[in-house]
Amino acid sequence: MAVLVLAEHSNAALNDVTAKTVAAAQAFGGDIDVLVAGHNAGPAAQAAAKLAGVRKVIHVEGDVFDHGIAEAIEALVVPMMAGYGAFFAPATSIGKNAAPRIAAKLDVMQVSEITKVIDASTFERPIYAGNAIMTVKSSDAKKVITVRGTAFQAVASTGSASVETAAAPAGPFKSAFVSAEIAKSDRPELASAKRVVSGGRALASAEQFNAVILPLADKLGAGVGASRAAVDAGYAPNDYQVGQTGKVVAPELYVAIGISGAIQHLAGMKDSKIIVAINKDEEAPIFQIADYSLVGDLFKIVPELTSKL
Amino acid sequence: MKVLVPVKRVIDYNVRPRVKADQSGVDLANVKMAMNPFDEISIEEAVRMKEKGLATEIVVVSIGPAQAQETIRVGLAMGADRGILVQTDAAVEPLAVAKILAKIVESEQPGLVIAGKQAIDDDSNATGQMLAALLGWPQGTFASAVAKDGETLKVTREIDGGLQTLALQLPAVVTTDLRLNEPRFASLPNIMKAKKKPIDVKSPADYGVDIEPRLSVVKVAEPKKREAGEKVADVDALIAKLKSVGAI
Ligand SMILES: Cc1cc2nc3c(=O)[nH]c(=O)nc-3n(C[C@H](O)[C@H](O)[C@H](O)COP(=O)(O)OP(=O)(O)OC[C@H]3O[C@@H](n4cnc5c(N)ncnc54)[C@H](O)[C@@H]3O)c2cc1C
Ligand SMILES: Nc1ncnc2c1ncn2[C@@H]1O[C@H](COP(=O)(O)O)[C@@H](O)[C@H]1O
Repeated sequence: MAVLVLAEHSNAALNDVTAKTVAAAQAFGGDIDVLVAGHNAGPAAQAAAKLAGVRKVIHVEGDVFDHGIAEAIEALVVPMMAGYGAFFAPATSIGKNAAPRIAAKLDVMQVSEITKVIDASTFERPIYAGNAIMTVKSSDAKKVITVRGTAFQAVASTGSASVETAAAPAGPFKSAFVSAEIAKSDRPELASAKRVVSGGRALASAEQFNAVILPLADKLGAGVGASRAAVDAGYAPNDYQVGQTGKVVAPELYVAIGISGAIQHLAGMKDSKIIVAINKDEEAPIFQIADYSLVGDLFKIVPELTSKL
Repeated sequence: MKVLVPVKRVIDYNVRPRVKADQSGVDLANVKMAMNPFDEISIEEAVRMKEKGLATEIVVVSIGPAQAQETIRVGLAMGADRGILVQTDAAVEPLAVAKILAKIVESEQPGLVIAGKQAIDDDSNATGQMLAALLGWPQGTFASAVAKDGETLKVTREIDGGLQTLALQLPAVVTTDLRLNEPRFASLPNIMKAKKKPIDVKSPADYGVDIEPRLSVVKVAEPKKREAGEKVADVDALIAKLKSVGAI
């Protein structure tokens, strides 16, 4: 039973989560083909061909794939699935958007955001904001799976698969790209950063968020995250949100600053290796899961920490 | 334009869920239940569209137990016009929910379906996309802004890395993200008025949809517990600790 893996990439490069999704597909078993659908995505296809354990890469060119339009991915993948027993996509905004359409078209119940493959029909996935781990067995003949990247170890780039091309679906599609606002940043990407510094409501303004959180992140070479409260209030951009309904991270070091530790926030960071919490409230729930807790005023502590590192 | 809003009755988001000792599921006995928070955002958006004259009627649909009527009433009190309860005590998976919703869309002919991005119990994030696929409709998931422009709907989406705006041909499915709006509280007079608004009660069989689950639950377990660590006295002590474990 072969597996088709949807690659997450920027055309010029492969996103790290692709190698993790391939790792999940390996645990599932069978030949693994990686689909790189993009626009001028040659470099990403070449990188995918190097992933260990990949049989071949299918490279599809089309401008619609610049913007991850879900209907286009559905139109491309559904016919291809005649030759595959499973479709694996990373649980990124593109994967979450497209995979359920493919599942519905194949009349399959998707298994969302798996954290473990037990066998070819049994998977673990967190539910209730990670307060419970459910093991489910799928009775569908074909599987449609999204994969939580932080739960799998990326495969190495030691392979040399062949690259085939295939045609893009003709369209037209009923949704058209209008515009995008993508922030450019030199900081490590939040989802794959080795260290993450996150700020909460206590930062009280975008200016203070930038003045207090960013210098510490830069000192640590860290990605920057935020709580929902900080994002809602406009202190940080929406894609910084860590949590049940934001990004899930599991870095070596997570520093939570002025974040209370609501279950929805913990859902996105409690698998971090080392958690540091800085909060003025001794009773803050974040301290119940932190390895190192520092009680006090963040506006004093964080600048001191930044200057002493 | 008629707007259809599917709402799910879930555990209240303030409650910490407990796994049952026999690992058969999460204990929902005597637990406070509420409308899925994303679905409140969907209702709010539909009501705002109606207030702007963009929507003519708002139909709230829930698939669930008899008590899901209460959840529908919350939507009616916020400003929706009528409800449909597809009553069942079975746990219905997103695929079957989407199939039932697709049948309701066929008979109701809405111009727009606004669903939540994710139910906070199963965390599937799948139903809206599945419905769109079954209908052959475009979708604007994870919406943080929605604007109607003639026969197209401009949807700004929260994506990894930032925001993306799509133009969808109507009819379409939108799924709501947290920043789309702040749901209103229903006023007492509106809660009273909502009691008189009609709710149709149906069953999955009325729509000819097989709701037999495709995923069987092997077990539901507690996640690995993370023990609290230690308090450190000051910044110097913190740095020393982080160095000692090689974190910096
Ligand atoms: C459907 C739904 C989904 C959600 N999804 C998410 C999600 O994905 N991610 C997420 O984060 N949240 C999410 N939430 C929100 C979550 O419930 C909390 O409201 C949120 O995490 C709180 O953010 P916070 O900790 O920054 O704010 P607060 O809870 O207000 O905490 C602020 C903390 O800062 C401390 N503080 C204040 N001043 C100082 C100071 N000077 N120095 C030090 N400490 C100080 C306070 O003691 C307090 O503990 C969701 C909620 C819902 C309903
Ligand atoms: N049983 C249900 N009844 C009505 N709507 C539902 C139901 N289950 C899911 N939905 C809708 O689908 C959205 C996403 O749910 P899910 O795909 O389960 O994460 C919810 O926010 C609701 O709008």
